[in-house]
Amino acid sequence: MEREKYNEKVHLWGRIWCGCAIIMLLLFPTVSSIYYDAWPEGQAVLTGLLGVAPIFWTVGVIEVFTFAPMLGSGGSYLAFVTGNLTNLKVPCAINAMEVADTKAGSEESEVISTIAIAVSSLVTTLIIIMGIVLLSWLRPILESEILEPAFANILPALFGALAVLFISKNWKVAMAPLIFMLILFLSFPSLTEAVGVLVPVGALVAISASRILYLKGHV
Amino acid sequence: MQSFDPNSSFLFLMAGIVVFFVICQSVFFLRKAWLRARELGIDKNILMRVVKSSTAFTVAPAIAIILGVITLSNFLGLPLPWLRMSVVGSLTYELPAATSTAQALGIPISQRIFDPAAFTAIAWVMTLGILSGILACTLFLKNIQGRIQKIQQKDKRWGEIFTTSIFMGMISAFLGMIFADITKGIEGWIPVFVMIISALLMIVCGIFVKVFKIKWMEDYALPISMLGAMAMAIPITNLLG
Repeated sequence: MEREKYNEKVHLWGRIWCGCAIIMLLLFPTVSSIYYDAWPEGQAVLTGLLGVAPIFWTVGVIEVFTFAPMLGSGGSYLAFVTGNLTNLKVPCAINAMEVADTKAGSEESEVISTIAIAVSSLVTTLIIIMGIVLLSWLRPILESEILEPAFANILPALFGALAVLFISKNWKVAMAPLIFMLILFLSFPSLTEAVGVLVPVGALVAISASRILYLKGHV
Repeated sequence: MQSFDPNSSFLFLMAGIVVFFVICQSVFFLRKAWLRARELGIDKNILMRVVKSSTAFTVAPAIAIILGVITLSNFLGLPLPWLRMSVVGSLTYELPAATSTAQALGIPISQRIFDPAAFTAIAWVMTLGILSGILACTLFLKNIQGRIQKIQQKDKRWGEIFTTSIFMGMISAFLGMIFADITKGIEGWIPVFVMIISALLMIVCGIFVKVFKIKWMEDYALPISMLGAMAMAIPITNLLG
């Protein structure tokens, strides 16, 4: 099968599954409102939404534009339903593409990314189910003060290793966005709250710098 | 009106149905991608390595997600956090969404919720406040991917660099974030030290793979480095925190 034919199919499946996922997601609040005869006050929902929607609707749309080229179509349709993108699905896909040694943007990397995201989603779902079943036993361990620093540092522990994996191969492309982000976060530490919005900014800096390097024949 | 318990079996059933749907979607895409990978001539062994590596990598972040479920369950019971953390959301979204609605309703988030209308208000906000990603994916992904493919087909080498640059943008943003608190004193350096240890462990794994030819380690280098650095975060924090 040609790549384009397969792509068409992926988009068809993806749109159907995502469309159904939206309905499924709305099912929980709808059915519980009906079952308990407890429709919320519109104003409470609106005020609640005002606290989160302006930021997260923006981030959500930006993330589709940023992550879609990395994850490929199948991976994106799945990852945007199963969530936890930056801390789990995207690094997992990057890792899988390294393991399989596929080229970024190729069809091989697209299918490998989809497989990685699907496996990661299944494992996450199963671990959460196990966590809930074993909650009374797990809770004191997971909430213990001893383990607290380990979970508090999960992102540095992830991105340190990921940086080696990626920067060692593409250090010329990495320099400009790295320096830019270092200066930015050192100047405005409160931006940690908005790291999701800064991912596409970093991508734009990286694309601009690597375009110049590419045109000059340095990469 | 039914009496309300945020841990009722009805809510567990509802959450379970949605989680089951997500499992079905994952299995569907896994099967389709697997078959396509075989069509493209990718060796079964490589695919199995991808599965094992992805599984190992997922364990630590997934356990962190359980922590998120626990955090939210004190207020919302288990079914809703279970559902929200198994689909779209993450704690960085779900907690502000719950807090924002609770504030609007004037209820504390430190106590278990027993008002069904407050519960459904929070469930609605959690659901609606982050739908944009899936909506945009459903509506625009085909168009976005079409354009990306055009860039890639026009100039293959630049297409590769373009995608790599986006990866780099993400990694840079998170690496930069790790340095955000270093001006606040030695405590602010803890994430930096954890990151350095993780990077060093990754390099050590690389040496084992390339110099000592321990090939299996290649697939587990990322989870090993991550878990090792998380473990080292404990003594580092005790020392500097």
